[in-house]
Amino acid sequence: MTIEVRNLVKKFGSFAALDSVDLKVDNGELLALLGPSGSGKTTLLRIIAGLDWPDSGELAFNGEDALAQGARERHVGFVFQHYALFRHMTVFENVAFGLRVQPRAVRKEEAAIRARVKELLDLVQLDWLADRYPSQLSGGQRQRIALARALAIEPRILLLDEPFGALDAKVRKELRKWLRSLHHEINVTSIFVTHDQEEALEVANRVVVMDKGRIEQIGSPDDVYESPATAFVHGFIGESIELPVRIADGVVRLGDRPLALDADGLAPGASRLFVRRHDMLVGPPGSGAFEGAVQQVRNFGPVQRAEVALSGGQTIEIDAPRGKELRAGDAIGLQPRRYRIFAG
Amino acid sequence: MSAIAARRRTLPGFGLTMGLTLSWLSVIILIPLAGLFLKSLELSPEQFWNILSSRRTLNAFRVSFGLAFAAACVNLVMGSIIVWALVRYRFPERRLFDAIVDVPFALPTAVAGVALTALFAEKGWLGAPLAALGIKVAFTPVGIFVAMIFIGIPFVVRTVQPVLQDLDPEIEEAAGSLGASRWQTIIRVILPSLGPALLTGLALAFARAVGEYGSVIFIAGNLPNVSEIAPLLIVIRLSEFRYADATAIAVVMLIVSFVIIFAVNRLQRWAQSRIPAR
Repeated sequence: MTIEVRNLVKKFGSFAALDSVDLKVDNGELLALLGPSGSGKTTLLRIIAGLDWPDSGELAFNGEDALAQGARERHVGFVFQHYALFRHMTVFENVAFGLRVQPRAVRKEEAAIRARVKELLDLVQLDWLADRYPSQLSGGQRQRIALARALAIEPRILLLDEPFGALDAKVRKELRKWLRSLHHEINVTSIFVTHDQEEALEVANRVVVMDKGRIEQIGSPDDVYESPATAFVHGFIGESIELPVRIADGVVRLGDRPLALDADGLAPGASRLFVRRHDMLVGPPGSGAFEGAVQQVRNFGPVQRAEVALSGGQTIEIDAPRGKELRAGDAIGLQPRRYRIFAG
Repeated sequence: MSAIAARRRTLPGFGLTMGLTLSWLSVIILIPLAGLFLKSLELSPEQFWNILSSRRTLNAFRVSFGLAFAAACVNLVMGSIIVWALVRYRFPERRLFDAIVDVPFALPTAVAGVALTALFAEKGWLGAPLAALGIKVAFTPVGIFVAMIFIGIPFVVRTVQPVLQDLDPEIEEAAGSLGASRWQTIIRVILPSLGPALLTGLALAFARAVGEYGSVIFIAGNLPNVSEIAPLLIVIRLSEFRYADATAIAVVMLIVSFVIIFAVNRLQRWAQSRIPAR
């Protein structure tokens, strides 16, 4: 199932949750909507599911208008952030719900429903919990039951709202891998919403980065990490150093100090320079574009994270490899291996 | 072990509060009720039986319990709809309507009785059009039914309201996205989740209506065997100095009420055990 979103607008009062969003999702994709809270990602997901309606714009599944259909007709599986399991039903009945409420004409026989639920519980590896109630399950188990319930109706599209948001770090990591392999197995077009960049980059085939109701960039996890299209994406994904610079007469300046950086093709005026923490190479004083003094060093496994006061007065954090140990008070030169400059 | 446990109790004051609870409940509830039972023991089993099986007593019970149950059922349905509107929708003056629900709690029952009687009397605002349709409300059992509905409604609303407020609208969305119709969502998801609260509301509204005196006697007409409620019969027997008769009726009311409350309590606990708290 392909999904096509055209010029979607949704306002809550004067707040634009979605500001003319365009998006195409291919059949069988596993897509992440990534953005901070309030970026409109959940609103977009809910509109695709039929739980919310846009003020204007189009939504098509396989080229057919989907806005004419309600949530009930769209055959979209939706996994809620807080699972929304039915508390008064056993795990088995929760998963069977979508099959039991089908119109009589297409409803399966009881034996077939039982077989299908069993199959789904096997798929999420929780068949032994069939007779429990949701309150007796751990967060990770509830998450997987919610997924099995959504899959029961053989959805054309699977939507997941912050699927791992409410879980602890370890369970979250396990479930990420599991979701990837599950998607590989069932291969249904899937979209999940997350504010966790690591989650998006690790799980998705493609990542859509959103901010303030707009799509900032769409690309593979590599694309959005290695070549961020906007200042927002650079700042949001990966750990970046951000410095205010000024471009004038083909020279990049930080404060008054000209930097030995290539200013070709940059518009003059106030700009922002972005460098990944680990892309700042440490050398002797005078060897790079920046000069600084090490303030503080902490070790994180393979890297040492140093707080460096630049000669211009700014303080930045860099990640340097272990081996050549830095010490507080060291005067160093810094040269960015890679950097991006965005106007504004 | 108990000495250690007692010393380690994190909430102090168990002895004091438990003692106060037991003595207070004894003085306020248990001792008067025991007195009631003792008084009825003055009657021989035969006398007791004769009083209870008299036509007038049986009819009073029928009127009280039957109409109270019918009124509680009406309150259950209408109360649920009111709760739904108050909790799920935002409309102008919603808070005012929410406050109005409590009026039957606060209004002196005699005032309610007089107001309802005036309203439903043959020349009253509602009584006149109803009379034109051939329906007589005031001074008939229908009047009792109306008064019982009036005083019972807040019990259903106030018991169900917090539970519905806690019920995440997401579960309705989940049901919808799984293909359930609105109706299926209500029957299969919402009502079962509200089940225990609905039962409690029903029981409270029923208990209140059975015991209601003030508002009912004004509108009832109080015709023996037709529109005479059991509490009124008790008062009549007392005014005739037939104390034992009065206590016999009272004991039956007490036992029936207790059995119903107890049964609903069990039913509720059973329902709750199927929906363990989050």
